[in-house]
Amino acid sequence: MSEALTELGAIIALKRPDAVLASDVAHGELTLTVALQYLQGLVEFLRDDASCRFTSLVDITAIDYPDRAARFDVVYHFLSMYQNHRIRLKVAVRAEDMVPSIHTLHPSANWFEREVFDMFGILFSGHPDLRRILTDYGFRGHPLRKDFPTTGYTEVRYDEAQKRVVYEPVKLVQEYRQFDFMSPWEGAEYILPGDQKAGAK
Amino acid sequence: MMDGDIRTNSYDDGSTDFQTGEQKIRNFNLNFGPQHPAAHGVLRLVLELDGEIVERCDPHIGLLHRGTEKLMESRTYLQNLPYFDRLDYVAPMNQEHAWCLAIEKLTGVEVPRRASLIRVLYSEIGRVLNHLLNVTTQAMDVGALTPPLWGFEEREQLMVFYERACGARLHAAYFRPGGVHVDLPDQLLEDIDAWAIQFPRVLDDIDGLLTENRIFKQRNVDIGVVTEKDIQDWGFSGVMVRGSGLAWDLRRAQPYECYDEFDFKIPVGTNGDCFDRYLCRMQEMRESTSIIRQAIAKLRVEKGDVLARGKITPPKRGEMKTSMEALIHHFKLYTEGFHVPAGEIYAAVEAPKGEFGVYLIADGTNKPYRAKIRAPGFLHLQAMDYICKGHQLADVSAIIGTMDVVFGEIDR
Repeated sequence: MSEALTELGAIIALKRPDAVLASDVAHGELTLTVALQYLQGLVEFLRDDASCRFTSLVDITAIDYPDRAARFDVVYHFLSMYQNHRIRLKVAVRAEDMVPSIHTLHPSANWFEREVFDMFGILFSGHPDLRRILTDYGFRGHPLRKDFPTTGYTEVRYDEAQKRVVYEPVKLVQEYRQFDFMSPWEGAEYILPGDQKAGAK
Repeated sequence: MMDGDIRTNSYDDGSTDFQTGEQKIRNFNLNFGPQHPAAHGVLRLVLELDGEIVERCDPHIGLLHRGTEKLMESRTYLQNLPYFDRLDYVAPMNQEHAWCLAIEKLTGVEVPRRASLIRVLYSEIGRVLNHLLNVTTQAMDVGALTPPLWGFEEREQLMVFYERACGARLHAAYFRPGGVHVDLPDQLLEDIDAWAIQFPRVLDDIDGLLTENRIFKQRNVDIGVVTEKDIQDWGFSGVMVRGSGLAWDLRRAQPYECYDEFDFKIPVGTNGDCFDRYLCRMQEMRESTSIIRQAIAKLRVEKGDVLARGKITPPKRGEMKTSMEALIHHFKLYTEGFHVPAGEIYAAVEAPKGEFGVYLIADGTNKPYRAKIRAPGFLHLQAMDYICKGHQLADVSAIIGTMDVVFGEIDR
């Protein structure tokens, strides 16, 4: 299984040397790292090439790494029902980059790209209708970015006087509880209370 | 001007032809939902109608958005499991299954055989639960009233089986990384078997109500036809694929758990319309019942543990009474949780609605760095505009019905 995938990855990298930056097989899954400007061409190649035939788009999503220069990874999953294999494409994207939309190649990309835009604020060039999809009408911010608080910024309640739902800044009676269960013996990077002076001696 | 001439002529002085009130016709916009019984949840469709023909259909989703993926980033792997029950709440355990598979693949845990069989058993019960609800409520959408009453009778019994296995009727949290939470009592297996023996008769009854029913056929045959190209373009999965004649089923094509040792058929349709999808679901329920009976036969002889004992699963209760190490392990597991080695994985299961997948990025800590839930209904609903175009308004509810959308999983 994984030999076949390694081989497939090598073939794709051979045919599209400029687009494929790296090819990797882990846990029985083929992952290609792709250069942003060649993304559309590669997706079209993967769809039409006889040995690939990745005709079904399974998923588009993104991952936020706030510490990296190219902040986001946009991840595409494809499936071939004919060849019965899957592939994952990863594209590193800077916050100000525009990602080419692939909705002309896969109409199903439409909503996925809207979702990625909604959740991460990544813009897709050539998208016909880049509206928010999952969040509220008039929502601000991009919830799945790591710097967006889990509680959000606004809360809603029904106002008896105005007879409508009103939006207000979030008021918490107590801080949102983000438990840190990391063991102090392994992996914790903070200084335990009481240990502050330990290093100075 | 000729009768029926739809051109608008303009003249040199800038004037145009006079139009009577009757001639000024524009398309009618209609809000379908969010509180419509045939919308199967909180779906708002903005329909543009030309008479009774749907010209454009814009689904507005997200009314049930709970931010599951964001919440999951601040909880441990085990705490995240119950969120999956709340996605597709019609067949909860099938969703948990994907999450468990993702974790097991990353940690390299081997599930004991008995646990594997129990998972198959309950996944198939979930499939019957889902199809019963879908088939019967879709029939209600197109005008039949009796099928849901008959179908829910059976669903009630299956819910009792859920409850007897894990204590909860709906939000099970029964599949755990490394196996299932507790073993099944022998009597429960016998009762499920007894149910599975009589269930095909109930299916025959529902069959008799619907399959050759004149009104049901008029509302479903040749409605919402899906071709092979549409399947590829719009990323369909599950019954939406099989109804159009492609025998694509992840249980067969990319077997997970121990599905490869079960004997079952994959029903396919020929026309890809709403009626074929209905027939597929009916047949799949029969196949699932057969898998349930096979699983029970195997479970009768296969005794043993239901959890792969190790880092990611709790120790036995008895052990905790005598062993300090086991007690510490239990405490650490339920506070800190287990760590999953860094890596990424996409695990998919053939959920009743189609391919349900989890894309998990682990960074080596006790919480997922990012988890993406891939719901089949999201893609199916996306194609609403494409499929509904040119259909009658009344067909919209029939199409939503056979697309099998549940907003728990679409909005996440």
